[in-house]
Amino acid sequence: MRFHQTTLDNGLEVIAELNDAAHSIAAGFFVKAGSRDEAADLAGVSHFLEHMMFKGTATRDSLAVNLDFDRVGAKHNAQTSEEDTFYHFTSLPEYLPKAFDVLADILRPTLREEDFETEKKVIIEEILMYMDNPMSVAYEAAKAAHFGGHPLGNSILGTVESITALKADRMRGYFDSLYSPSNIVLGFAGKGDWDELVKLAASHCGAWAGAGAPARLAEPVRGARAFQSILREEDQQETIVGVGDGPPLESEDRYAAHLLATILGDHASSRLYWTLIDPGCADGAELSYQDYNQAGGFYTFLSCEPDEAQANLERIGEVYRQAMAEGVSDQELARAKNKVLSRSVLRSERPMGRLGTLGFNWVYRREYQSLEREMEAFSNVSAEQIRRLLNEWPLWPMTITAVGPTTDLHAPE
Amino acid sequence: MSASSATIHQHEYPNGLVLVAEEMPSVRSAAFTLLLPAGAAYETAVELNLGGGAATMACEWIARGAGSRDSREVMEALDDLGVGHSESAQTIHASLSAATIGANLVPALEVFADMVIRPRLDDREVEPIRALCLQNLRSLEDDPASKVIYELRERHFPAPWGRPSPGSADDLARLSPADLRAFHQAAHRPNGAILGVAGAVDWPRLKDEVGRLFGDWASRPGLTLIERPSGPRIDHVHRETQQIQIAMALPAAPVGDADYYHARAAAAILGGYASARLFTEVREKRGLCYSVYASYEGQRERGAMLCHAGTSVERAQETLDVMLTELRRLAVEGVGAEELDTMRAGLKSSLLMAQESSMSRSSALAADWYFLGRVRPLVEISAALDALTAESVSDYARRFLTLDDLTILTLGPNPLKIRLPG
Repeated sequence: MRFHQTTLDNGLEVIAELNDAAHSIAAGFFVKAGSRDEAADLAGVSHFLEHMMFKGTATRDSLAVNLDFDRVGAKHNAQTSEEDTFYHFTSLPEYLPKAFDVLADILRPTLREEDFETEKKVIIEEILMYMDNPMSVAYEAAKAAHFGGHPLGNSILGTVESITALKADRMRGYFDSLYSPSNIVLGFAGKGDWDELVKLAASHCGAWAGAGAPARLAEPVRGARAFQSILREEDQQETIVGVGDGPPLESEDRYAAHLLATILGDHASSRLYWTLIDPGCADGAELSYQDYNQAGGFYTFLSCEPDEAQANLERIGEVYRQAMAEGVSDQELARAKNKVLSRSVLRSERPMGRLGTLGFNWVYRREYQSLEREMEAFSNVSAEQIRRLLNEWPLWPMTITAVGPTTDLHAPE
Repeated sequence: MSASSATIHQHEYPNGLVLVAEEMPSVRSAAFTLLLPAGAAYETAVELNLGGGAATMACEWIARGAGSRDSREVMEALDDLGVGHSESAQTIHASLSAATIGANLVPALEVFADMVIRPRLDDREVEPIRALCLQNLRSLEDDPASKVIYELRERHFPAPWGRPSPGSADDLARLSPADLRAFHQAAHRPNGAILGVAGAVDWPRLKDEVGRLFGDWASRPGLTLIERPSGPRIDHVHRETQQIQIAMALPAAPVGDADYYHARAAAAILGGYASARLFTEVREKRGLCYSVYASYEGQRERGAMLCHAGTSVERAQETLDVMLTELRRLAVEGVGAEELDTMRAGLKSSLLMAQESSMSRSSALAADWYFLGRVRPLVEISAALDALTAESVSDYARRFLTLDDLTILTLGPNPLKIRLPG
């Protein structure tokens, strides 16, 4: 593995982790723009814009964008989160120049009015699709309740109303403000030659202009610990999302937070698994840690029969309170490390599995984190550190949102 | 396409278990996929005649205590080895799969050998398993896009080849520990089982260790399945959802058939990627939906092309009409040379990139053996893809894609009009 980094004259940073043993190369643009950067009347614009980026450039219409990726067998996609939009592809090394030509091209889109109106319909369909998914509904509502007026509570997709009302010129303004080269990192992972990559980046992105993006405020936030239940009569299961505060991505405690979530709420053989899944009390019970810029969250996901929901919430409360009182054992911690390390190794065998970690580390920490360094950071976490973490970021009580056929639920003690 | 640097080995043990392995020089991990002839289809075997869900319950049962370890010790042993794993039953197979770093592969196989040969099958685990499976079934009801595909497959394939592994609530409620034991005894057998292993492995040692671990697994007689008609071909399931789910299936060539690559090509060109016809016509040009695709499902005796879209009530009719028009166009007009090249580039890239994942290689090895009794080297697949022409794929489409053979299922607030283009 070799790490390289440079900055183009226009401020675009380029990084790469190169590995001759790889069979492919992954490339991606990390744009620091997400739902937390949206004003209230622009709800959903980051994600809508992500779709629009594929709808055409000065030289390609949307059909040509898709075709030019597919012609070289490049697997391309994009994701929008609360704080980032990530455009990426994976291709065989020999097709990198052609696939990169398309990816770089779409980062300077035309945002035509006609495409905007067609794609608006697709976005609304995507919103409706998620409305048919109870976990998505619960997750969005729980985040909004937990973060209150803080921008991290913004919906990524927006609403049918906000998307319907959105105008193309507002999207263009948002693009101009946030897609300047200094707000974007270009990353590569896999099999490639650094000098060639820099040449490629300079020739495709060197002429990009744009004033510096406005600095994100990223105010720290403590959640509301609110309780709500939302009726969905048609659902069979009760679906519950809990949110608690956690360390921000700037904190070294993120490793301990990840291990704690693994011990308590991994999908297999965690404390929640043995308490809820193994005895058949629920068909889903997990805890995961999500880090954000200057904030963090512990998310609890529960799916169970409506009649068992209250009892299951009490059981989860007990698991969390016990962890807060007694911490975790060295043996549990050792097992969690094994799991996490092994997953890291497996994920890293694919260039695409490395690219996300590589890029987001650079965007937020300006640091190269090799797989070895990441593994070392996890290995160094002690049970004592997890105890301190639980003191600083108590898991319980938490914000709770339940959706499903019953509203006969209340916040557990 | 460059030749693969991987080496493929195979061995059949006296009890019938087949080991297929690939040494992958560029990875540190190793993965395996164990396919057992113990999917939901075998619930209907003449010798068993069990309710739907038995295969899934049996698969869950074997993981809950095996050999010297109780349920928790099994999971902890795998955690200690850093093994990511899953055990599930599908229609034809029960599949046990796992991945970890290469050095831990054989110790992981030891745990799985206990699960497969010496499960405790403790009666006290059956009620929790039943409760879990019933809840999984309810969650599936809340997931319309998955639900519609299970229902489509059951209507399209002759029974039991589309039988849904989650089972039914009534059957799950009735299955007894004795039923599950009977299923396990008959279906979890080495003759007909395939163990695919890929990654950082040493073949001579692996072959010996698998022989040591699985050698005393006794073979059993095969089970008798009777094929029965399914249907209905056109159907609607009522749900008060935001979107209507549209699912369609057409017969396609099976995996071992001379037309196999034609079938793959036709499905991919119709709806396998972003520039494919369905995505272009339904989403890009008309903005009718978010998700639309076509895919190929192969079985030994038959194959199918499955199509799916989810869209709001007011756009659903047009979505269905456009999808049917595209099916018709493919059948009548065939494919062009340029889109065939695009399809080829996509499939070849996927094949080569799969060389970076021990997990995907281990499942491909096991699947190849099941379908063909051998593993296709990458160069062979690549050559077969190169041999396709626009004429040969178009000819396949004319022969196979008859709209009268369509199974169409919608799920949502209202049914749609089926207007087959003339």
